[in-house]
Amino acid sequence: MLGRADLKYRGGMGPGMSLLLGALTVGFIFSLVALGVFISFRIFAFPDITADGSSTLGAALAAMLLVHNVNPVLATSAAFVGGFLAGTLTGTLATKFKINGLLAGILVMTGLYSVNLHIMGRSNISVLGSSTLSTYAERVGTALTRNNTLNVMGWEITALEASLLMASFLFIVLAGCVMYVFFQTNLGTAMRATGDNNEMVRALGVNDENMIILGLGLSNGLIALAGAFITQYQGFADVQMGIGMVVWGLASVIIGEALVGTKQLGLTITGAVMGSVLFRLLVAIALRLGLNPNDLKLVTALFVFAALVTPGLLKRFKTLKPRSSHA
Amino acid sequence: MLEIRAVSKTFNPGTPNELRALQAIDLTVNNGSFVVIIGTNGSGKSTLLNAVAGSFFIDSGAISLAGADLTRWPEHRRAKLIGRVFQNPFSGTAANMSIAENLALAAYRGKPRRLGWPLGHALLSQFRDRVSQLNMGLEDRLKNPIGSLSGGQRQALTLLMATWLRPDLLLLDEHTAALDPKSADQVIALTDTIVRRDKLTTLMVTHSMQQAANLGDRLIMMHRGRIIQDFQGAEKKRIRVDDLLARFEEVRRAELLDESAAEMLRRVYV
Repeated sequence: MLGRADLKYRGGMGPGMSLLLGALTVGFIFSLVALGVFISFRIFAFPDITADGSSTLGAALAAMLLVHNVNPVLATSAAFVGGFLAGTLTGTLATKFKINGLLAGILVMTGLYSVNLHIMGRSNISVLGSSTLSTYAERVGTALTRNNTLNVMGWEITALEASLLMASFLFIVLAGCVMYVFFQTNLGTAMRATGDNNEMVRALGVNDENMIILGLGLSNGLIALAGAFITQYQGFADVQMGIGMVVWGLASVIIGEALVGTKQLGLTITGAVMGSVLFRLLVAIALRLGLNPNDLKLVTALFVFAALVTPGLLKRFKTLKPRSSHA
Repeated sequence: MLEIRAVSKTFNPGTPNELRALQAIDLTVNNGSFVVIIGTNGSGKSTLLNAVAGSFFIDSGAISLAGADLTRWPEHRRAKLIGRVFQNPFSGTAANMSIAENLALAAYRGKPRRLGWPLGHALLSQFRDRVSQLNMGLEDRLKNPIGSLSGGQRQALTLLMATWLRPDLLLLDEHTAALDPKSADQVIALTDTIVRRDKLTTLMVTHSMQQAANLGDRLIMMHRGRIIQDFQGAEKKRIRVDDLLARFEEVRRAELLDESAAEMLRRVYV
């Protein structure tokens, strides 16, 4: 999926700068996916691949509502609610019906494909003619700069690009802070403990199944929010746009963990955001250097594979001892 | 008061692995009574504790505690009344979370988890107080992840957590079996102190004849899913380790006799 800034260059502006801004903005938006995947994979150790469907669900809901002239804030909120419900569905299948977590996610994701087609009525919708969060941001940006372009360290950039970048940055800072606070409340602490040791939380009177359902709801709500934002950023929603979202998110989380190198909550959240942005930049650079866009998902998958096995391999080489049975 | 009425549980019914783990168990435990449960391997003592805690639902019978019928309550609901310490030191604490966060989880046992802040000043200073009474030097490490502690330290903390809010019933499932002898002694001493101080109704399963003879005011011996011996009051006080060993030897002989008799019958009739 390419951002608006990747698609069109305007006169008098360096394409490099435009690409950079685009990659940063998309990186910030997709860090919502990273945060969602962080909740399911890291906090609950739940391999939730609903994300591929719920991100598209968020995009589809937002796009459909926007073309019907619904207020963009409302449309975006609806996307969050839709994703939240999809997540709770996966959680319910996995806990109350005891379906394997991976399979529960596959079932919901597959079902969502049809749901998304029904919501949109066709395989893609353009929202370029509608009032969106992007046009809001642009209006604020133009009003603040009183100009259509501004100069940053010798680079001329459009107010649109600058305001979209600022808006996505501010939102992700807000989302990260809310998440950081939430996971230290009584409810959030119980959720983290559920992922850590569910036997213990049951013994302390916590309904661990409800914690998982709620947690997956939040995770997929954030991911659907990313779908809604990217739709308004690039100007359209497509029924295929969610493919590979889980792997994107996982790659970001893994890069983030490598960057901050600790399990402390605040730092891991920051790390996931940084990982998403860095990953997006790497992708932009790779594409600019001539990587075939068709190979992008394969390269991403290989990257995640390498990131998952490398630590284990390094440990095995370091400890030079024969492998113990519980290694 | 804990009342266990005609409780039965069979695992894998109708298969070659069928195990009649509890066979019509009847047991009434008075408030403030400290009951020690011993028995051979597979006698059903841990199963009895798990049945009370709600790890599974029983096949028949009824369990009530403090006037409430728990029989159909899910495990997390029973936790409002019951504190538990497991055999495995890893089971009772969340390894990646700090000591303070673990204690905070326990300080809200059985209460709804909302958006309130768990670690207030008052609670933190209470944590420091109670943890310093363990004499393990953990009071300055409340922010450290619990996974960095030894098994003995974790069991001591789990015990503190299980009893932080006074439970109507404390379940101890061989909670020192996985510890080195010195840590086991420490945790047992702590158990005795807390149970006496708070006058807790307690069920403790143990493999140690020493603990069985020295602790508690009642001793129950289980075998093959039944209670075969129940020592109370003065009788319990007189019990020595040798008496228990002798009783186990009796059970073993009766078992051998059973098996050789069955073998003979098989040879004759099959």
